[in-house]
Amino acid sequence: MTNPNFDLLMWARTTGFDIALAIMVGGILLRVVEIVVLGRKKDLARPKGNPVAQGLKTIFTRSLPRKGMVKEAPVTYVGGYLFHIGFAVAFLFLGAHIALITDLTGLGWPEANKALIETAAAVAVVALIALAWTRFSNPVRRMLTTFDDWLVWTLSILPLVTGYIAVNKLFGDGTLMMAIHMLSAEALMVAFPFTKLMHAVTFAMARYYNGSIQGRKGAES
Amino acid sequence: MTERPLLPELLRANGISRRGFMKYCAALTSALALPPALAPKIAWALENAARPSVIWLSFQECTGCTESITRSAAPTIEDLIFNAVSLDYHHTLMAASGTAAEEARLAAMEANYGKYLLVVDGSIPVDNPAYSCIAGISNLEMLKETAAGAAAIVAVGTCAAFGGIPHANPNPTGAVAVGDIITDKPIINVPGCPPIPIVMTSVLAHYLTFGLPDLDELGRPKAFYGETIHDRCYRRPFYDKGLFAEGFDDEGARAGWCLYKLGCKGPTTKSVCATVKWNDGTSFPIQSGHPCLGCTEPNFWDNGGFYKPLSTPAGDYRRVGLAAAAAGAALGVAGGLMGRANKARAARAHEAVDAHDLEKKS
Repeated sequence: MTNPNFDLLMWARTTGFDIALAIMVGGILLRVVEIVVLGRKKDLARPKGNPVAQGLKTIFTRSLPRKGMVKEAPVTYVGGYLFHIGFAVAFLFLGAHIALITDLTGLGWPEANKALIETAAAVAVVALIALAWTRFSNPVRRMLTTFDDWLVWTLSILPLVTGYIAVNKLFGDGTLMMAIHMLSAEALMVAFPFTKLMHAVTFAMARYYNGSIQGRKGAES
Repeated sequence: MTERPLLPELLRANGISRRGFMKYCAALTSALALPPALAPKIAWALENAARPSVIWLSFQECTGCTESITRSAAPTIEDLIFNAVSLDYHHTLMAASGTAAEEARLAAMEANYGKYLLVVDGSIPVDNPAYSCIAGISNLEMLKETAAGAAAIVAVGTCAAFGGIPHANPNPTGAVAVGDIITDKPIINVPGCPPIPIVMTSVLAHYLTFGLPDLDELGRPKAFYGETIHDRCYRRPFYDKGLFAEGFDDEGARAGWCLYKLGCKGPTTKSVCATVKWNDGTSFPIQSGHPCLGCTEPNFWDNGGFYKPLSTPAGDYRRVGLAAAAAGAALGVAGGLMGRANKARAARAHEAVDAHDLEKKS
């Protein structure tokens, strides 16, 4: 006799994780290495500024909104910040997640309490719903939104919701909900290299390229 | 064994007062999650039960379940209730041996056919019957023969309920649980390695008083296997605060913090260990500083390692990850080089055009 819920959890912890890890790591390296190997056309002009410094600076400055943009699109900017911060806190400071990171990398840090984690997760979920609403309510944004965007939105919100349900045992079997939470995270890992989620890795490269190009021309970026 | 005195006489002989017995019945009622008003009914049933014949079969096991129920403390009311049934066959406890013992089993079966309670501890090897025999009879044959006349079966311990340690990978004897073989009788699974004594006696008391208890999808009494150990653990507040022991002798361990990171399976293990505890409510594994192993769940021996946290992968993922990284990098280099080659080819094939050419083509 077996417990199908625990069997599913064990599949998520073994085969499921191995598949997701292989696709995520392999996919990320494939795309990053391909971008680096493709390289950029050599600029033979004499540089008017410092491309490296400007490139590095741009990685950080582009994390701040441009002047007037928060007022222009408040939900997009505030919601975007809240989602990213909420997701990061919930992922990086829950004890169970730190145990996973320690197992993977050997690194560890102090855990946050459950109240903070749950608040962060709830804020991230609300932010995602608000962001979806702006995409849906604005005709231009709705037209620009593709299947890929909704897929990424769904894959981003699922681990937050299922994690909250699993920790608080809101409904269903606790072991089953834990398994579903892990599987939702693994779905995110599988989609990561092939969707816009990849920006979590390539944002630094893209910003550096943009910044260094402008820096070479002696312009701000 | 059938000539033994009834429970009231046993209680008096062991110096246990009527008040003590009633308190115990109240505890049983509470443990079974029944209304307090039913405590006198349980007491009446235990005092006046017709002492059903019980046949206890031990197969591939370590006798820990018998040890648990008989040696929890001395003397215990659990032990007395255990004695109050007519235990007609238990090859660890009975005085008879060899042919006489087997004759006792057959006699009890014949005299109480269709009415006796069969208790089984230990798993049953099915790959080769010779792996475990009693008096030349294979476990499989003995189980089928004895179960045929049983009113109900209680599978005591994880080995009988789910296969337990003998069933663990690579399962050399082909060990299976009672429920994998017997499918036409009511089976109550009382898993644990070993189960808590009061859980075993409460199931017995429930059977004597009300018949079969409510069971979950794994055949376990809901009263004892309805909630996880994590839900009732006294260390739970530390989990919620994010305070974890990182080692068995670090500051967190000494301060009694949560053992999740040391591999505790409490969040996925259903049992009353954290509330009923062991040795008359003295302690349980987590209280003694060791993470829960999850022994009331199927396949607990193979569930990814006792000391790995539940949130960590249980497979050999590093090798998979390294192979994927190497393959991804190689494909990335190949993709990049192909892109560069395409670019160079396009540059070579490029033909300069001017306005006249465009006019000609249009």
